[in-house]
Amino acid sequence: MIIGLGHYLTVAAILFTIGVFGIFLNRKNVIIILMSIELMLLAVNINLVAFSSFLHDLTGQVFALFVLTVAAAEAAIGLAILVTYFRNRGSIAVDDVNLMKG
Amino acid sequence: MIVTAIAFYVFAAIVIAAGFMVIAARNPVHSVLFLILAFFNAAALFVLMGAEFIALILVIVYVGAVAVLFLFVVMMLDIDFVELRRGFLQYLPVGALLGLVLVLELALVGASWIITPDAVAAAASPVPSMADVTNTRALGQVIYTQYMYLFQASGLILLVAMVGAIVLTLRHRPDIKRQVIAHQVGRKRSEGVEYKDVKPGQGL
Repeated sequence: MIIGLGHYLTVAAILFTIGVFGIFLNRKNVIIILMSIELMLLAVNINLVAFSSFLHDLTGQVFALFVLTVAAAEAAIGLAILVTYFRNRGSIAVDDVNLMKG
Repeated sequence: MIVTAIAFYVFAAIVIAAGFMVIAARNPVHSVLFLILAFFNAAALFVLMGAEFIALILVIVYVGAVAVLFLFVVMMLDIDFVELRRGFLQYLPVGALLGLVLVLELALVGASWIITPDAVAAAASPVPSMADVTNTRALGQVIYTQYMYLFQASGLILLVAMVGAIVLTLRHRPDIKRQVIAHQVGRKRSEGVEYKDVKPGQGL
């Protein structure tokens, strides 16, 4: 009953899939989409730390640290944009973001 | 060893369940709370893997800052979330299809890959023995030497994010009275005081 690299990679894969699934399921709610992105980044971090731990290389943990930094910055900017958008339009539905009409 | 295995399965199960509830919960506040639960259990998984520093940073940065930021925004914006839930099932088939394809691809990769035996020998920064240095000290010794520039750059990213968030959300509303010290100090006696010659018995 030894927990190996594969176990952690499986957890990360499931979590990443849940994140992708969440983006499609909540197509309208930007907040949930941002949370799904955080879930995907968490899955990536689990992968990095798992490889780092099982291959005895600290680089993976350093990289996880940088991913954490960028994720925090992304969440801050994303939520700031969300608040500004809500002030201007009074809604956060993704379907309403069509001013530029692609 | 059996305790480690049990702990792994418990934490992994809670992470996945909480992750699923994040995307499935009706109320976004509940979503954020499940996100916090997922982060805590992921941190526990990191501890199991021997990465204590990353685990605690995850708790501090994600639970302490990012999740609370999410909570603030969810509660601050007055949104009809029921309205946003409309069409929830409309995207279920395509989402399920994409998720299935992704799972199959990941399983394909997971079933076919092997790690070359040279990988351990070729480590860019090998982990020193746990008996000599702790995880935090070992990470610090790598970050502050080998990855110094990247570390500084990540600090710059955080600074840009902070300035950007402030610039985006700060607004000066013209309809609100604000204190202007210069106007107060520059006020003259002639502007503030007026003499009136009031006749007796008349009033103003």
